[in-house]
Amino acid sequence: MSSVARFTEGSEGGQRILRFEGDLTLSKLGVLPTRLERLRGTGFVLDLAGVERMDTIGAWLIHRTVRERGGQVVGAAPGPALLLRRMEEVDQPVKVRPDPPSPFVRVLDQLGAATSEAGRTLVGLLAFFGAMLVSTGRVIREPRRFRLNAVVQRFEVVGVHAFAIIGLMSFLVGIVIAQQGAVQLRQFGAEVFTVNLIGRSSIKELGVLMTAIMVAGRSGSSFAAQLGSMKLAEEVDAMRTIGVSPMEALVLPRVFATVMMMPLLGFYAAVVAIIGGAVFCWVGLDIPPVTFVQRIREVVPITDLYQLLIKAPFFGLIIAMAGCFQGMQVEGSAEEVGLRTTTAVVQGIFLVIVLDAFFAVFFTELGWL
Amino acid sequence: MNEEQPIISVRGLKNCFGDQVIHDDLDLDVRRGEIIGVVGGSGTGKSVLMRSIIGLQQPDAGDVHVFGQAMLTADEKCLQSVRKRWGIMFQGAALFSTLTVAENVQVPLREFYPRLSEKLLNEIAAFKIVMVGLPANAGPKYPAELSGGMKKRAGIARALALDPELLFLDEPTAGLDPIGAAAFDELTVELRDQLGLTVFIITHDLDTLYTICDRVAVLADRKVVAVGTIPELLALDHEWIQEYFRGPRGRAAEEAVEAAEAEAGAPTDAQSGNGKA
Repeated sequence: MSSVARFTEGSEGGQRILRFEGDLTLSKLGVLPTRLERLRGTGFVLDLAGVERMDTIGAWLIHRTVRERGGQVVGAAPGPALLLRRMEEVDQPVKVRPDPPSPFVRVLDQLGAATSEAGRTLVGLLAFFGAMLVSTGRVIREPRRFRLNAVVQRFEVVGVHAFAIIGLMSFLVGIVIAQQGAVQLRQFGAEVFTVNLIGRSSIKELGVLMTAIMVAGRSGSSFAAQLGSMKLAEEVDAMRTIGVSPMEALVLPRVFATVMMMPLLGFYAAVVAIIGGAVFCWVGLDIPPVTFVQRIREVVPITDLYQLLIKAPFFGLIIAMAGCFQGMQVEGSAEEVGLRTTTAVVQGIFLVIVLDAFFAVFFTELGWL
Repeated sequence: MNEEQPIISVRGLKNCFGDQVIHDDLDLDVRRGEIIGVVGGSGTGKSVLMRSIIGLQQPDAGDVHVFGQAMLTADEKCLQSVRKRWGIMFQGAALFSTLTVAENVQVPLREFYPRLSEKLLNEIAAFKIVMVGLPANAGPKYPAELSGGMKKRAGIARALALDPELLFLDEPTAGLDPIGAAAFDELTVELRDQLGLTVFIITHDLDTLYTICDRVAVLADRKVVAVGTIPELLALDHEWIQEYFRGPRGRAAEEAVEAAEAEAGAPTDAQSGNGKA
């Protein structure tokens, strides 16, 4: 019933004739397009009398040959003739891709865009922080506006649900520090100082830093995604029109809960890391737990714990703020929710580490070595 | 293939989501060359029916034949050969967001005919885009830069890339302004007449039903309760059908068609309802 499209060349009365046969349809084209492109010369007569079926792509090939080589079509049945006329109407130059700008311009363009984006984000974050303070002030003046239920619910999501994963992570980190530390310290015959290493690094830095990274990944991202999709679904706008401030209803409970939860989670992470280290010391270095605890109490100053408890709420503030800020920036498409979520996590972790560096200098100046 | 054989044939289709039965013993035939509209209240499973036909939803029971090929038992190779012969436009157009409109149109061509030259691919994309009524400068644009109506046209251009015999449209006029919707209806008829397409439309748009559909299938009570031209449906004593077509909106659409007919002095093609272009 159907056959492969083909054509034969011939000449008649001084005119070159291309006789087409078979189905001029996409699935039956075969090598026909290449053969047509390789034709030499101009001024053909295209005989379509033998064509059984034709689709738009077949019609386009005929149309293109006529346009580029000159010539005329004969013997077309009504259907194909209609398609050919249609092809003439729709033959317009259409670009497939936007014109690529010159590399120099593109680099400048990207550099400029990144700079202005960074500036805008910084200003935006500051403005967001300011708006949050204003809201907090209002809530303090009118305590009935404080949404206790929302906050308690966030406590659960940010804090309680993170217990298992943060515990496991800290335990493993504690073991790794102990093991790696022991290997290095053994070279000096100072294996016993492994305890100092575990105690001080866990409480001072690692516990709270690892927790911050985990909270940024778990909660910062989910804040951005939640608020972002609420923004897309116009929930935030609906809230505003009803007179509910999104700042009070959405942002403050999340930020407050994270600020409250971070010190608890950080402390918990440090303790679990020390337990991990203790397990390794007991099994690997034959330091019994009682001795381990005694040594920890001797070598870890209380100021290390103060540092943890002071840093953690600030880290929580930054993570939650970055998450909520990015979520509230979502506009337009669902794709942006994903982008903003990524940005929220990256920004949160980056700012936490910058702040941690500041704190390190600050505490050293205080003499909390 | 036998010309009289239905192009889509659904028998005894059953779809459940948990305890909820969406379709039960649903039958539907779509004839070659017709524009069939599928209507039904919200939640009657219009989209589920389409998804069952095109193989995105595994039914709990029943048979689906497309081009005479049993879809539920076919292997991947048979399915690929069926997929070459249909085009589908999803409700939100489902354009690939990382590709330009022209590149979107080229995706099916590249997938099924990898040996087409780059030049020919670009030309095909170009004329398809113009053919569905998009301006020439829409080719290098990304979907995010297009309006809703333009997205739908780009979606139809991609669905038509392979010159299919069968076109599925899921709510093509939803979210379009009346002018855009009318233009889209016109485009559908034009394509059917020029390319001999069979068109399966899910729609709520009464104007679409009245002006372009040859037959209308009504989904209610978990099955297709009636299939026929609108006058045939109106003659039926079914509560939902009467309410749907006799409601204020239905009457307005009917009057508009009657007025147009009176002006033209003869019934339009769509109203004669013989299903053949």
